[in-house]
Amino acid sequence: MLAKRIIPCLDIKNGRTVKGVNFVNLVDAGDPVVLAKQYAELGADELVFLDISATLEGRKTMLEMVLKVAEQVNIPFTVGGGISSIEDVDALLKCGADKISINSSAVKNPDLINQLSKKFGSQCVVVAIDAKQIDGEWIVHLAGGTIPTKLNLFGWAKEVESRGAGEILFTSMNNDGTKAGFANKALAKLSEELNIPIIASGGAGTKQHFVDTFVKGKADAALAASVFHFGEIPILELKEELKRNNIEVRL
Amino acid sequence: MSQISQKEEHMSKQPSSFGGAGEGLSIIDYGAGNIKSIQFAFKRLGYDAVLTSDVKTIQQADKVIFPGVGEAGHAMSMLKKSGLDKIIPTLKQPVLGICLGMQLMCNHTEESNTKGLGIFNVDVKKFSKKVKVPQMGWNTITNLKSDLFKSISEGEYMYLVHSYYAEQCAETIATTHYEIDYASALQKDNFYGVQFHPEKSSIAGEQLLKNFLTL
Repeated sequence: MLAKRIIPCLDIKNGRTVKGVNFVNLVDAGDPVVLAKQYAELGADELVFLDISATLEGRKTMLEMVLKVAEQVNIPFTVGGGISSIEDVDALLKCGADKISINSSAVKNPDLINQLSKKFGSQCVVVAIDAKQIDGEWIVHLAGGTIPTKLNLFGWAKEVESRGAGEILFTSMNNDGTKAGFANKALAKLSEELNIPIIASGGAGTKQHFVDTFVKGKADAALAASVFHFGEIPILELKEELKRNNIEVRL
Repeated sequence: MSQISQKEEHMSKQPSSFGGAGEGLSIIDYGAGNIKSIQFAFKRLGYDAVLTSDVKTIQQADKVIFPGVGEAGHAMSMLKKSGLDKIIPTLKQPVLGICLGMQLMCNHTEESNTKGLGIFNVDVKKFSKKVKVPQMGWNTITNLKSDLFKSISEGEYMYLVHSYYAEQCAETIATTHYEIDYASALQKDNFYGVQFHPEKSSIAGEQLLKNFLTL
C-alpha cells in the first residue's frame, strides 16, 4: 500500500538553514546538506527546502545548495520560495531538485502552472497554498499570510489541479505556529474534492496531531519544521506511533 | 547557473570498475527529464556513469541505464529523433529502464496513445479516478523474482511517482498495489525495467542499483 509521507521542511537563507536546528552530534547544524542527510537516515520520506533569501546572490547560493543535496541525499526533495518563471524551474531541476513548489507566482500568473506541468510534467509541480479562515471562509493569502486575495481555498485548489499541478501543499495560517494540530476539516474537504495528493502543513505539535491529520484530515503527507528540528518529535518514534494506529508508513 | 551546470556536465569517466570488457556505465541522455539524480546515485556508490546520446558509447557500455521523466509521446519523439528507438532493442548488455524508460520499453502506452519499443510484451494504462493520480510516494514491492532484488526484502518500500502503470504479465518480476496489482518491475532476457526510482529510494534503492551493476 502507498505509505503516508512525513516531510521535514527546512528554511534556507543564503545557503544556510535558519530558525535554528537542534540535533545532537551535528558538526554543523546550519549546513542544509548535513541536515538533509541526517533526516534521510532518520526516516524522513521527503524533504522540502524553502528559500527565503531576498537577494540575487542568495538565490545563486541556493542553486549550489540544491546541487549538493542532489549529490548526497538519497530521498526526493522539493524546492520552493521565490520561483516565478520557467527558467527558475529549469535551473533548479537541472541542479537535481525532484519537485518545485510555487505559491504567489501561481496566484499572480495561474498560467505558469500549465506551462510548468506541460514542460516538466505534473509530477514535479507542487502548488503551495497559504489560507486563513475568516468568518468561516478559507481565504488564500500571499507573502507568508500577510496579503489576502479574493480567492477561496477550495476554488483555487480545484483550479490549480485542473491547470496541471501534481500536488498541493496546504498551510493553514490559523494553525501554523500554534502546535495545536492541523486544519483537518479543510484538509479532508480538499482531499475529497480533489484527485491529487494533499500535503498538510501548519500546526504540528504532537504525534497525535499527525495521526489525526492522516485519519480525520485524509492527508497524503504531513509537513512540519520545528517539532522535527528541535527533536521534539523524533521521526522514527512518530512513524511507530502512526503504525500503531494502523496508518501505513515506511519504517 | 550556467557555471554550475557546466561544472557538473562532465563527470570524469574512469575505467570500468565492475568487471565488464566494455566501457563502463552509460546513462542514455535523450533530453527526457532530470537524469542527474541517477548519475549522482551511482557516484555515491563509487561508480562514474557517463550521460550520453552517442550510439557507439551506448553499444559498448557494460551496463546501460534508460531513464525518463515526463510525457511519453514527447520522450518517444526524442528517441526517434536520435535513432535510439532502433538501437535500444538491439542492445546485448544489461539495460535498466527507470520509470518512463520502463514504460517506453513496453508495447504501447495510453499516454498520448504512444507506441513503445515492444521489448516487454505488455501495455501501459492510466490509473482510474478511483485513486489519486499521480501515485506519489513510497509503496511496497512484492513477489520479487530476479537477482535485481538480491538482498532486498519482500515488501520493501520504493519511491514512485507515476500516473500510468504496466499491467501484470509473464515478464513481471515485482508487483505493487495501487488501485490494482500492477507490474512495478519487468524483465526479459537482458532487459530490466523498474517503475520506481531506485536513485531516490534510500538504502533499498541503492542496493538495487548495486545489484544491477553486478548482473
